Amino acid sequence: MSDATLVDLQRRRAFRAPTNEAPWLRVLLTLGVVGVLALLLFAPLIVVFVDALAQGAGAALASLANPDAESAIWLTLTVTAIVLPLNAAFGIAAAWAITKFDFRGKAFLITLIDLPFSVSPVVAGLCLVLLFGSNSLIGGWLVASGYPIIFALPGIVLATLFVTFPFVARELIPVMIEQGRAEEEAALTLGAGGWRVFFTVTLPNIRWALLYGVLLCNARAMGEFGAVAVVSGKIRGQTATMPITIEMLYNEYLSVAAFSMAALLALLALVTLTLKTLLEWRYADQLAANHRH
Amino acid sequence: MHIQIDEISKEFGSTAALTPVTLGIPSGALAALLGPSGSGKTTLLRILGGLEFPSSGRVLFDGQDATGLSVQERRAGFVFQSYALFRHMTVFENIAYGLRARPRVSRPADAEITRRVTKLLDLIQLPQIGTRYPSQLSGGQRQRVALARALAIEPRMLLLDEPFGALDARVRKELRQGLREIHDNTGLTTVFVTHDQEEAMELADLVVVMSMGRIEQVGRPADIRARPKTDFVREFISV
Ligand SMILES: Nc1ncnc2c1ncn2[C@@H]1O[C@H](COP(=O)(O)OP(=O)(O)OP(=O)(O)O)[C@@H](O)[C@H]1O
Ligand SMILES: [Mg+2]
Repeated sequence: MSDATLVDLQRRRAFRAPTNEAPWLRVLLTLGVVGVLALLLFAPLIVVFVDALAQGAGAALASLANPDAESAIWLTLTVTAIVLPLNAAFGIAAAWAITKFDFRGKAFLITLIDLPFSVSPVVAGLCLVLLFGSNSLIGGWLVASGYPIIFALPGIVLATLFVTFPFVARELIPVMIEQGRAEEEAALTLGAGGWRVFFTVTLPNIRWALLYGVLLCNARAMGEFGAVAVVSGKIRGQTATMPITIEMLYNEYLSVAAFSMAALLALLALVTLTLKTLLEWRYADQLAANHRH
Repeated sequence: MHIQIDEISKEFGSTAALTPVTLGIPSGALAALLGPSGSGKTTLLRILGGLEFPSSGRVLFDGQDATGLSVQERRAGFVFQSYALFRHMTVFENIAYGLRARPRVSRPADAEITRRVTKLLDLIQLPQIGTRYPSQLSGGQRQRVALARALAIEPRMLLLDEPFGALDARVRKELRQGLREIHDNTGLTTVFVTHDQEEAMELADLVVVMSMGRIEQVGRPADIRARPKTDFVREFISV
């Protein structure tokens, strides 16, 4: 019997694996998911690009070449570049402490890590203003010594750090709990010191979770609005980040400029996603080995 | 190397894992820590390896106090219950890990590392698997790789936590023989943990029967069989 007739036979018998749903249900579910995705994800993305290019690519690029726009782009990239390594380090340290050691107050620490998720970013920004604003004790002293925090880069960095703090730790904790301490202990018995164990055993084992965490952190750091809006003072050309500039431009009915910058922000996010997909594809075998073991 | 355990106790919070235990393991012996679940076997083994520190008491290696020695300084070849192979490294790199971790002055050259790893792969009779990852090995193969990795550091003693626990009966018998041969060839003082009395009796020169953090009896298998000291030992070895 040829392959073709075999397939034919199976189809006529309407062979169905026990885990499969009925065909009509599958089609319905798939359509539903695609529909929701299209409506919530793709449509807005397309609208952003269409509006950005409404007066041609030239106008869009010109609006981005404006000095204030350039300053916003640089500011956002700078803040992200500072926040990412710091939060990666904090996240690793927190996840390490929580998963590899037993100590009092562990549950409290876990709750604390989640705090930025549950506190509104605006409230977080206000707290920073109360703490470091020129009317506060610390803030007044810092301003007097020439290091203002609020309405300046340090404030924006602090606000972004706070808001994006949980991402890395949240990704790492479950992975590190699942992996346990045995491999690290094995490395120790083989004579490796603490740092060597960290760089040759711990870090390679968590690198994928770390990468996801950093990518999420990156996306959120570039897009953060609420907390930054409060602490930055929205000074054009100085403390206005990309999301804040978008809002200001939009409020001034400069829709091409607003949507051009929004498109750029979306593109940055897409680059991050592409990077992640490429890495996953490139290291698929290692990824599988990491999970299967 | 002679191992002396001197009045060692260990508490985890309020639970006592070891009430003071004293035990001597002569140089070159193959000793089994035998006892039911929770009797403190793993805890005692980890204290020997330096992975856990006793609440009180001393550990002596060849008469010298080793209680304060760090895990790295103990140079104990440790085989973990779940083998704990480095999942992101090939078998070759797993075995080479201890050699590469040495300080520069005593680290062998790459060619020497390759030679030693190859020799160890021959020793565990798996010469072809150097390029594989742990996830691509069977349970028995993993166990043997873990043993080779522990031997690579030229340890002063060999400590194994339920080395055959997760394997089927036939593989278990085979590997038992393998461990016996490696022990006889290297002459290393070896301590292994098991809750299988048949395994302990068949493989070990010295059997240490433990229960609830205490040592019930120490002796050669034949002596323990012939003259069990306590009711617990009698019952435990009769099943
Ligand atoms: N890290 C720890 N924290 C708290 N209690 C522990 C810890 N490790 C061991 N214990 C306790 O110490 C006791 C002895 O444990 P141990 O692991 O040494 O037993 P075992 O003889 O190896 O048992 P098994 O055969 O189940 O492995 C147990 O009551 C256990 O609950
Ligand atoms: Mg145990």
